[in-house]
Amino acid sequence: MKELLTRLCGAFGPAGAEGPVRDMIKEETAPYSDEQAVDNLGNLVITRSGSGDKTILVAAHMDEIGLMVTYIDENGFLRFTNVGGVFTKLLTGKRVVFQNGAVGVIGQEKLKDSGELDLSKLYIDIGAASRDEARKKVNIGDMAVFYSPLGMSGENRVTAKALDNRTGCAVLVEALKKMPSEPAHRIHFVFTVQEEVGLRGARPASYHLKPDYGLGVDVTRVGDTPEPEYKLDVSLGKGPAVKIKDTSIICHPRVTSLMIQTAENNKIPYQLEVLERGGTDAGAIHLSREGIPSGVLSIPCRYIHTPAEMVDLEDLDNAVLFLLRLLEEKWE
Amino acid sequence: MFIKELSKISGVSGDESRVRNYIKEKLSAWGIEYYTDSIGNLYAPCKGSGSEGRETDLMLSAHMDEVGLLVASIEKSGHLRFYTVGGVDRQALVSKPVTIGSNEVKGVIGAKAVHLQKEEERKKELKTENLYIDIGAGSKEEAEKSVKVGDYAAFLVEPSGEELITGKAMDNRAGCAALLEILRRDLPYSFTAVFTVQEEVGCRGGTVASYRLNPRAALVVETTGSFDTPEVEEKEYSTCLGKGPALTLMDGSVITHPRVLERLISVAEELGVPYQFRRYTGSFTEAGVTSFSREGVLSGVVSTPCRYIHSSTSMLRRSDWEHLVELLGGFIRSVHEKGVAD
Repeated sequence: MKELLTRLCGAFGPAGAEGPVRDMIKEETAPYSDEQAVDNLGNLVITRSGSGDKTILVAAHMDEIGLMVTYIDENGFLRFTNVGGVFTKLLTGKRVVFQNGAVGVIGQEKLKDSGELDLSKLYIDIGAASRDEARKKVNIGDMAVFYSPLGMSGENRVTAKALDNRTGCAVLVEALKKMPSEPAHRIHFVFTVQEEVGLRGARPASYHLKPDYGLGVDVTRVGDTPEPEYKLDVSLGKGPAVKIKDTSIICHPRVTSLMIQTAENNKIPYQLEVLERGGTDAGAIHLSREGIPSGVLSIPCRYIHTPAEMVDLEDLDNAVLFLLRLLEEKWE
Repeated sequence: MFIKELSKISGVSGDESRVRNYIKEKLSAWGIEYYTDSIGNLYAPCKGSGSEGRETDLMLSAHMDEVGLLVASIEKSGHLRFYTVGGVDRQALVSKPVTIGSNEVKGVIGAKAVHLQKEEERKKELKTENLYIDIGAGSKEEAEKSVKVGDYAAFLVEPSGEELITGKAMDNRAGCAALLEILRRDLPYSFTAVFTVQEEVGCRGGTVASYRLNPRAALVVETTGSFDTPEVEEKEYSTCLGKGPALTLMDGSVITHPRVLERLISVAEELGVPYQFRRYTGSFTEAGVTSFSREGVLSGVVSTPCRYIHSSTSMLRRSDWEHLVELLGGFIRSVHEKGVAD
């Protein structure tokens, strides 16, 4: 799991430019797929045909937050905008990397007071001395992501950029590898695009696949750090979480109760998650077509949308087991 | 010139019939078939030679509606209070002439006289609730003879200029004019031009149109703010007038599909048409809804750069618009010949 996660987090994949992540997952899962397809917007759909008559869509988004170059000045400094929810205050001094490997650092103009910090006061320095030199490496419209490879913290915890949501991708890939040759249902594993800019990939994928049930796998916030922003009874290392609601979905009671029952029966540690702010692909899935009962299996994650997000590998292993058991259940 | 004729017509979101009728008349005169749908979109399917049935492969859309006002109530004094429709620049409302409802009653947007404003009032921005439309009526009863609650009010501005064109509603009559010009040229390629409604209030016409057509690719023809003006640093310019049509990389509603963007760039370079990227990445366009329609549609946006959009008077360069038309023609041919998925 750690090795796979290291590679997935290292891959470049901001919203709208998920190609490298998609290629990695395609290759990794090819021996375990009955069918692989990429749709119009770039969602990767891996299908396993099963014995039952139900179709279940399991989704994890491949994209991460990033930055996009909007302007290159005559001295070779790049101005940029955000792609997804980037914390402006955390950017100064961080390194970023472009798809072609060019590395830059985010610099900050002199401020009159700290309150006026916004994206227009920041720039990316890629070591170019002029506009022409910069253009040899980077063009307007190019995207960058945090340069922050995976590292261990303690025995079981890892930090890296893009754990949101390569964690979910890794859980799906591992589950796919361990699934019985004939699963109980027809399962579509969907690796979606553009979640970070508004759940955009999941909607067309769900429209196309017409599942009976939807299940999202994504990271969620925790409430176990000093003075957390929200009261949230989710901790790192205490097992995957069954989402009850967030701002994009109230999970279908049939799905949440099936999830809780499955965890209890199999003695898999789990937590209940009520997230006051935040959304995920299931929000788009459950509203597609005539409505699709959906739930979310969440992985607790600290410091979401920073260059150093943190998850517990034990939670991931439990999430894989949880997902496998869940997909064997009767989805009535 | 289509741009100036279209600019003159009142067509606030939800009240696009006059614009639609103008376009219908042109299409009829040229012998082009069209149809409409329940929300008010107008479709002109073009069947290219030897490719019947492929006209829905490519959807080109331009919205007909403009931002404006809606009469909310009539005061005892005969003055009209209003709501804004779409993202009107509220600071630009006061003292502007407007035309109201089907009777085309003329009025002006008024506020408390500057002479009577206290010092602190002068410093504050004027809010919509402090403004009213004055149609010269002396009482509610008199006003009600010519206008009613629910009437739309549009800016009243006579367009002017040949190369540098000023007038109201350039966003997006310039886009409508570009589609009309393409249709007039009677190209031997397959596509459907769609003139949509209610874009300014949330891309509502475009949502319906893209579901109905279910195209393989969609190109939205728009008019975009430039911000290349004093008091703005160059790094904050979005586009520049005179540098050609603008290609959208990303806005608040869509990240342009790379295959559409690459094709637009290669067509522009083949034709020698100048182009620029829209650097501002906020706000939304119809590509945000076409892109995620049904199973997902490859979508992009091309725009005529324009100053002062969403106010009563905007400004664009005819050369940018002409280059936009050339780019559209080239793109249509390219998609007809090679598709867009490859």
